[in-house]
Amino acid sequence: MSVETPGVAAKLEEAMLAPEADHSGMSSALRRNLSSPWATAFVIILTILWTIPTLGLLITSLRPSELASDTGWWTVITNPVFTLQNYSEVISGGDTIPGGIAPYFINSFVISIPAALIPLTLALMAAYALAWVPFKFSNAIFLGIFALQVVPLQMALLPLLQLYNLGWFGLPSLKEMVQAIPVLGTWVWPAGGTSFVPMWISHTMFALPLAIFLLHNFISQLPRDLFEAARVDGASHFLIFRRIVLPLSVPAIASFAIFQFLWVWNDLLVALTFAGGTVATAPVTVYLSAIKGTYGAQLHLITAGAFIAIIIPLIVFFSLQRFFVRGLLAGSVKG
Amino acid sequence: MSVPVRRRSAAIVGGVAAALLLAACGGSGSGDNTTSAAPSSTNTDPACADYASYGSYPGTKVTIFTSILPPEQQKFESSWAQFEKCTGIDVVYEGSDQFEAQLPTRIQGGNAPDIAFIPQPGLLQKLVQQGGPKAAPQTVAANVDQFWNPAWKAYGTVNDTFYAAPLGSNMKSFVWYSPKVFAEKGYEVPTTWDAMFQLSDKMAADGIKPWCGGIESGGATGWPATDWIEQLVLRQQGGDVYDQWISHEVLFASPQIQEAFTTLEGWMRNPKYANAGFGDTKTIATTAFQDAGKPILSAKCGMLQQASFYAAQWPSFKKDVTIAEDGDIFAFYLPQIKADIPTPIVGGGEFVTAFADRPEVQAFQAYLSSDTFATLKVAAGGWVSANSGVPLETYTDPISQLSAKYLTDANATFRFDASDLMPAQVGAGSFWKEMTAFFAENKSVQATTEAIDASWPS
Repeated sequence: MSVETPGVAAKLEEAMLAPEADHSGMSSALRRNLSSPWATAFVIILTILWTIPTLGLLITSLRPSELASDTGWWTVITNPVFTLQNYSEVISGGDTIPGGIAPYFINSFVISIPAALIPLTLALMAAYALAWVPFKFSNAIFLGIFALQVVPLQMALLPLLQLYNLGWFGLPSLKEMVQAIPVLGTWVWPAGGTSFVPMWISHTMFALPLAIFLLHNFISQLPRDLFEAARVDGASHFLIFRRIVLPLSVPAIASFAIFQFLWVWNDLLVALTFAGGTVATAPVTVYLSAIKGTYGAQLHLITAGAFIAIIIPLIVFFSLQRFFVRGLLAGSVKG
Repeated sequence: MSVPVRRRSAAIVGGVAAALLLAACGGSGSGDNTTSAAPSSTNTDPACADYASYGSYPGTKVTIFTSILPPEQQKFESSWAQFEKCTGIDVVYEGSDQFEAQLPTRIQGGNAPDIAFIPQPGLLQKLVQQGGPKAAPQTVAANVDQFWNPAWKAYGTVNDTFYAAPLGSNMKSFVWYSPKVFAEKGYEVPTTWDAMFQLSDKMAADGIKPWCGGIESGGATGWPATDWIEQLVLRQQGGDVYDQWISHEVLFASPQIQEAFTTLEGWMRNPKYANAGFGDTKTIATTAFQDAGKPILSAKCGMLQQASFYAAQWPSFKKDVTIAEDGDIFAFYLPQIKADIPTPIVGGGEFVTAFADRPEVQAFQAYLSSDTFATLKVAAGGWVSANSGVPLETYTDPISQLSAKYLTDANATFRFDASDLMPAQVGAGSFWKEMTAFFAENKSVQATTEAIDASWPS
């Protein structure tokens, strides 16, 4: 069975163009409203105000430790002394900090990438099913998932920890199940050690309600004609999902992926609870909070570490930002 | 309240990852015997002779969870490096500034560390009631009997079972002063309570306010003032009343405890004496405890009552400060008040609590309570142990040496920081808050003490 039938292809093309048309109409109105000189001035001032603290952090990260702790960053104007020493200390480790940042940086990747991809995949399929596969109680299920967003994740920390380490209702725990896998098991979860598995699963659980809600709103707004034409042509759900839903949902997928990646990258609470503080699994946020050390703030090192940690979110954001606004608008406002 | 060590900052570890990865990779090879590359601890190494009694446990691992962070972490790790080498035990260190919140969560979640360094005996009691801590082995008890003032063992004991051996200690009965200024003005270090207040009057007459203080400490604001009350109660009433006060058999509003509050009123809340360098006595409530001693260096303030760990604070005021009897800054012992209460000392410390009773964990517990470990750790600097097996000359800095001298004194009336032993609602709650109000609002002794009593959980 082929989907390359002229009917569907034409509709697809039409659908891909349609949002653009909508979009330009809306944005021209927006542009009119935002292009008054007052609005421009306001936005510029706001941007400057919002950037000043970050600028302060950047300058502090480049100052020698003594100056950074004794004087405010604005004194660089009269006393411009800069050094890269803080960065090299954070990268290679020193007496007062727990080793270099590199292994924690890698841990952050190992945690964040699966913790963004897994919920994205599950939520996409769930959203499609809830939106376009008619079955009993689908609305009730969607409502239930939507409602789950109000549950604070802090409430789930302890029960989840028990599920992972002790097991519920006398059933084997996640740890035992993972470790029972031959060869791989104890590599993924060493005995007496920590593992990335609980991190991936926890972040997936915490992300799913919002992910399904956002993607459902987007996918359910795709033109009905498309699906009908595809079904007439004999396409299965899987084929529709792969050839129609996926390509059309790229903005929503990208925006959610950014959201989730940034959230996981910046997370400290879940990491402290499930990944612990050892270099084997702790992400960069745990490392940053450790830099302070026993004797209090090491401002120059924390800021340097923070700027290293910020690089990845910035890359992710700027490379995907063109999808970001579109995806957000599509998920919520449209319709 | 407790040691700032526990509330500053955060975490992490040394070169464990490499070891883990190596061990893991070894396991994923062909399915044959892969007992990983544990150091084959041959007892032929002469350096290992001292460690032979702990046994040999190649390939085993002991995890530690604590609130103590770098740079202290590195000193701990180096002081048990030889132990690791000789016994084959891999000690995995994890520090977190979220220790108090994380530990109960981990225990309930089935993810308890093998060993935790707990700074509050009150928390130890709570954990024992909930289940988790394992009784200390006989070897540890024997070490504690041999090396510590008996009061320490009592704080590691819950319901007649001994759980936790003391680790580090700090000495809170100190008064910081500037030997330089004292020499210039011809002041003598006071050795009696009365002499200390004669000196205060003399300073006031010379135009130097004698006392500075600060009790602001974020969410724990008020704790330094609870220490002042504790010093006074122990000095005026002795150890028995102090213990009854902790168990609330003696109320805050009783005449004995109110006497301490009244003395404090004439001392730190006396406008003639305080708050030097900052303003009126109300500023005590708003001054950060870390900053409180700063005016001493510029001779604007005469004295500050604060614990031994405050030594770490001075270099942040003045880079090349010398802390010595003839230097910029030093401390003297806060004098006793009554002759029949010898050398009252209020102190704090951590307790080594085990949550597993595997032989390698017990061997490590025994090592941590030994004089071998304490001496090595003390030699690394900036740390005091109340372990009397440590020779005093091991201490490299004068303030640690002075602390150790008092902490290991077998005749001293040693008591643990009371607010760390009271129920958390009081010891980490109303006691702090009311002491803050005592200074910030000039709340009366009667109203302050009654308010704390009212908050005591029934």
